Amino acid sequence: MYRYDAIDRSVIQDRSAEFRDQVERRLSGALTEEHFKPLRLMNGLYLQLHAYMLRVAIPYGALSSDQLRGLARIGRIYDKGYGHFTTRQNLQFNWIRLEQTPDILDALAEVDLHAIQTSGNCIRNTTSDPYAGATAEEVDDPRVWCEAIRQWSTLHPEFSYLPRKFKIAVTAAPQDRTAAKVHDIGLVLRRDRDGQLGFEVMVGGGMGRTPYLGTTIREHLPVQSLLSYLSAILRVYNRHGRRDNIFKARVKILVAALGAGEFARQVEAEWTTMDRVAVDLPDVELARIRGAFSYVRFVDASPVSSSLEAARRADPTLGRFVRNNVKPHKIAGHAIVNISLKTPGEVPGDCSSDQMDAIANLADQYGYGEIRVTHEQNLVLPHVKLDDLAAVHAGLKAAGLACPNVGLASDIIACPGLDYCSLANTRAIPVAQSIAQRFSMPDVAESVGELKIKISGCINACGHHHVGHIGILGVDKKGEEFFQLTLGGSGAEDASLGDVLGPAVAYDQVTPAVDALVQAYLRERRGAERFLDTYRRVGLTPFKAAVYAEAH
Amino acid sequence: MPKLISRDGPEASSFVWREDGFTHIADDEAPGGELGQVIISLSRFQADGDRWLAEGRSVGVRLKPEDPVEGLAYDLPRLAVVALEFPKFRDGRALSAAALLRERYGYAGELRAVGEVVRDLAKEMSRCGFDSFEPSDGSTPEQWTISVFRFRHVYQSAADRRAPAFRERIHIPTAEG
Ligand code: SF4
Repeated sequence: MYRYDAIDRSVIQDRSAEFRDQVERRLSGALTEEHFKPLRLMNGLYLQLHAYMLRVAIPYGALSSDQLRGLARIGRIYDKGYGHFTTRQNLQFNWIRLEQTPDILDALAEVDLHAIQTSGNCIRNTTSDPYAGATAEEVDDPRVWCEAIRQWSTLHPEFSYLPRKFKIAVTAAPQDRTAAKVHDIGLVLRRDRDGQLGFEVMVGGGMGRTPYLGTTIREHLPVQSLLSYLSAILRVYNRHGRRDNIFKARVKILVAALGAGEFARQVEAEWTTMDRVAVDLPDVELARIRGAFSYVRFVDASPVSSSLEAARRADPTLGRFVRNNVKPHKIAGHAIVNISLKTPGEVPGDCSSDQMDAIANLADQYGYGEIRVTHEQNLVLPHVKLDDLAAVHAGLKAAGLACPNVGLASDIIACPGLDYCSLANTRAIPVAQSIAQRFSMPDVAESVGELKIKISGCINACGHHHVGHIGILGVDKKGEEFFQLTLGGSGAEDASLGDVLGPAVAYDQVTPAVDALVQAYLRERRGAERFLDTYRRVGLTPFKAAVYAEAH
Repeated sequence: MPKLISRDGPEASSFVWREDGFTHIADDEAPGGELGQVIISLSRFQADGDRWLAEGRSVGVRLKPEDPVEGLAYDLPRLAVVALEFPKFRDGRALSAAALLRERYGYAGELRAVGEVVRDLAKEMSRCGFDSFEPSDGSTPEQWTISVFRFRHVYQSAADRRAPAFRERIHIPTAEG
């Protein structure tokens, strides 16, 4: 993976010193809270219900084992011994004291990590494919371009005080594991007929209270022009995006107001008059970045592992783990291992410091020292030999991390909700826990198959409920927690926004309702259809009937 | 006379106090008897600019974030100052306006930041091409200098012409450490 050089390090050290100065001015009273708030947000520091929350950037979801151990250590010293992986491939510490944050930033900087631009109205951490560099599906390594974007967007002088936050996703595989179409900019790498690499550029996707899927404004942008083209988009947005109403300030609103055609015209006009040579990375720098990602020297391994086959026969839990959590690798004899952070009963996305250490050790021993974070709040060991799978499984089991439910009904995305978040209408974590419990029997979950349930504790949609096969949105009804259900959303390559099922249900009716939806699906399903496929074929009616039947 | 924080020369790496000879004139205000130096709004400039320039005044124009800089392109050689307003420091529109003035329209005169001008944005403003500042937070030139040059390296090329990391790396071998 990309390793920081002296220049990269100096930037995060200098940023840490700058933030220390700002915190000191706040603590001394020289800065008011109103003045300090946008400054602390630029560095991922939120004031939550019970404490400060610090969001650490995990650039495009890639971590080294040393970095994960660093996070574990910080979790032990400054938090309650754990961290929370988010839907944006970042990590949050939930129990932070303001006066300790400068020291935490220094501790992060020691392992080349930081909290730069993890919040605030700026360009956020780029989302990428957690299987990058490991899957045979990709046409190029998306991390090369993510790293280019990381450098360009870090402390960008012109684009750090935008109308609103700005999120970019890069994927290079036909199977989209980044939810590219619900980002402010979604970039899909493809080769054209002549074999030239280019980006399909989509803008204006997003969730929140007015969800949109992104619209394509460029079919094939030559890859070398990525940064100048992004600069043109950002400049149009920075100048013309609305600033009078925070709910109308995302670029999706500007794109919708102008129309995608007019927005594209303005971007092209900006781009063609821009000094692109000054902005775009020269080939030598792109080659340097690319070199950093091709360092893994895969060992020779046989495409079939007889030891794995024997171990699978001996241990059915290993068989189930391999079936659900292990994906094919581009190199023969290797596999991609997904680690579920959704063991039923646990908080989705939480990971204890001890578990982080265990994963880091497994990554060192069996996985070239690399870990990835997925936007579905799970972790990935991207390169594991088939011969080592049984040992990795055993190690995960010992750490309580071997739940074989990736992509299944109990692999639920949930935002922090009322347990932590000051904006929440409802709880989200206990709702997820209750549904996960209902599908905790592995046989039941496997018979239902792929089912993406996503829960948000308010309209801000941090739990991505709009793109859940089943989406659950917490709403407040006269002081009581109610939940609106949506069906048929998807954040993948077949992206769509969910349709509202009907009236919201009470807190204790959510799990029975989800159960009724699943039963209806099992009745209606044809062949190997996923829940989503069945829904798209038959529509709302049978699901509505199943959930609201008893009410009549 | 009020004071400005100003770059100590075009390529200088420090900032100093400078006497401000300009007066901000509101739209309904007379410009003063002497042929003083004035900074006026875009609409006032469109109404009275030609006459005042002909009288021999030095004229600066103050743009609100929603005023298009494009409209000023042909007047730039006649202007003594362009002042761009930050109604709130977190309103970054003036940063794009400054970048356009410097990079697209080649404006080489004084580019002044007015409004909520705080040292926490000193490096962004300076990198986008501002070279004089009416600080609203009591900052001194020394504090301004620290804020602008705190970062030893930058990733982007911008109006301040600092070499971005990707150019420095061509000359410096990649250092591990
Ligand atoms: S969706 Fe709402 S409740 Fe959940 S984390 Fe986001 S803001 Fe908080």
